[in-house]
Amino acid sequence: MEWLQQLFNGISLGSIYALIALGYTMVYGIIKLINFVHGEVFMIGSFTGFYAIAFWGLGFFPSLVLSMTVCAVFGVVIERVAYKRLRNSTRIAALITAIGVSLFIQYVVIYIRGAQPEAYPNVLPNRTLDIFGIQISSQSLLILLVSVVLMIILQFIVHRTKIGKAMRAVSFDPDAAKLMGINVNNTISATFAIGSALAGAAGVIFGVYYTKIDPLMGIIPGLKAFIAAVLGGIGIIPGAVVGGFVLGIVETVVSAFGFSLWRDAAAFIILILILIFRPSGIFGKNSKEKV
Amino acid sequence: MRKSVIKILFTASLLGMVLAACGSGDSGATSDGGGDTIHIGVNMELSGAVASYGQSDTEGIELAVEEINEAGGIDGKQVKVTKVDNKSDAAEATNAAIKLTSQDKVTAIIGAATSGNTVAQAQIANDTETVLLSPSGTSPNVTITDDGTLNEFVFRTSYIDPFQGTVAANFAIDDLGIKNAAILADNASDYAKGLGSAFKETFEAAGGTVVSEEAYVAKDTDFRSTLTRIQSANPEFIFIPGYYEEVGLIIKQAREMGIDVPLMGADGWDSPTLVELAGAEALNNTFITNHYSSEDPDETIQNFVTKFKEKYDGASPNAFHALGYDSVYLLADAIERAGSTESTAIKDALEETKEIKLVSGVVTIDEDHNPIKSATILEYVDGKQVFKTKINP
Repeated sequence: MEWLQQLFNGISLGSIYALIALGYTMVYGIIKLINFVHGEVFMIGSFTGFYAIAFWGLGFFPSLVLSMTVCAVFGVVIERVAYKRLRNSTRIAALITAIGVSLFIQYVVIYIRGAQPEAYPNVLPNRTLDIFGIQISSQSLLILLVSVVLMIILQFIVHRTKIGKAMRAVSFDPDAAKLMGINVNNTISATFAIGSALAGAAGVIFGVYYTKIDPLMGIIPGLKAFIAAVLGGIGIIPGAVVGGFVLGIVETVVSAFGFSLWRDAAAFIILILILIFRPSGIFGKNSKEKV
Repeated sequence: MRKSVIKILFTASLLGMVLAACGSGDSGATSDGGGDTIHIGVNMELSGAVASYGQSDTEGIELAVEEINEAGGIDGKQVKVTKVDNKSDAAEATNAAIKLTSQDKVTAIIGAATSGNTVAQAQIANDTETVLLSPSGTSPNVTITDDGTLNEFVFRTSYIDPFQGTVAANFAIDDLGIKNAAILADNASDYAKGLGSAFKETFEAAGGTVVSEEAYVAKDTDFRSTLTRIQSANPEFIFIPGYYEEVGLIIKQAREMGIDVPLMGADGWDSPTLVELAGAEALNNTFITNHYSSEDPDETIQNFVTKFKEKYDGASPNAFHALGYDSVYLLADAIERAGSTESTAIKDALEETKEIKLVSGVVTIDEDHNPIKSATILEYVDGKQVFKTKINP
């Protein structure tokens, strides 16, 4: 029973990593940029949700939608202001810019509201359910469900809509896509908007699930999501989801064996091993589709 | 970076000057001579990261000094206080101690609120033979240096960290009737590790079994897998020494997983943020050790609470207020018994302090310059701290 419980713990943690990793992987797929600002978008999403719940009295779902909207706009603004003019410069220039913007956002938020943590209000009814002998809170079940639904919607957008088709085309070859009459700028913006909206959703879910949020909360989940994306094969959407869940479960298993202090180390060891032995990730070789 | 280098150089050069002064035969005497005032320096964190500790200590000190002066002073001498802000910074604390000893020539220094900033003054206190009394520095190395020697002129009013672990173990065994317990400690903090090992030692010596020992690192957010591990060991009680930011999450997640045994911690839990993070309901059936409780029916405590409320517009005094207040009385008692303001006499009198009744308990100073006194146990009931009992060492 203990192991079933641990597996569930791992899946809950992994679903949050997966949601953030999706944004990383989408942006990388389309402009080959590791967008380190993503962790900060996640943090902004979490705070937006917090203010919506605590001060405007909105429920969980309206806050989730509001936070996703704010983050989508925020993501597009970052892309337009910071990355667009660097599109034809070296990749290292864009990467350094990403790190700069990331630090800028962290400390602007600290400047505005201070560094003290905030406690997320209880918005979801919380009952402990006993399923097959393991204790599951109704909250974590609902959160898991929301994450999975969001991933399914994303899959639908990428494969069944026009903008999804444009995203796949731009990711495959931006110049050819342009010649075919696709508006590359708008497509890139749309990618940032969708990826950032997912990070915003992850922010609200994280807040509800883990209660404590602060301006530097995006750093570690951001790095972990980056590992998840690399693990699955950066640029590949199903890879990010699988990578997220695998990472969540691995971290939980490490703790379950009594090595809780080694949990973060385990995540980074995975990153190193993947980069050495299979840099293209689990799904890297045979999959053709990239976004 | 450059700024801090300058600060260090400046401190070092000042330190050099003081040492040179001592070496050249200047006695560095600190007493005020035969004046009719007793001059006490207060070296506190009045601004910076832990300003709330320093400000609380200082408010307690000011209340006590006011009372003593109204009642005619110590041996008929009025007490004069000089406050210096150390900006929650160790180098500034050293500077402030140099200023107080060399320029103001104080009889004794009360401060600082935290262990680190007190240790930063210890050398100066010993060199200039000035009594240094920290109200709330709880780390063992305030009075005993890391190589095991005693800081001759350094004392404290609070008990030391590991003591709270001992008290928690006694409380669990005697009052709650616990036979097997688990420990979940913050591995990144000496404070938590010290409490954890003291708890384990006392608990096992009294016949209990520690069935599970787990650790976490500050800033972690997910404790569910570790808690699941603890849960499978079936403890009747979990001791969680740590600070409120992580402890709040641990309690919330533990209760969600159906862990409903008593949880216990120490003064690191004592923050309103804990209640926000964990939720009032999850906090039921949890206990902490603390220096004192304003709800304790004891007469000395209630007197203090009433006077404090009169002076500070109805505010309720916290543990730091009480310790600051007690520090002045501890010092005043020693000066009275010494019958002089000569440093060594005060130091000897402080060492001989026996069973003096203060707000934070009946205090006897032991050979390590730490007070032996009772600890207060508080219970959380619907998000409020309620006085539970007092445990004697």
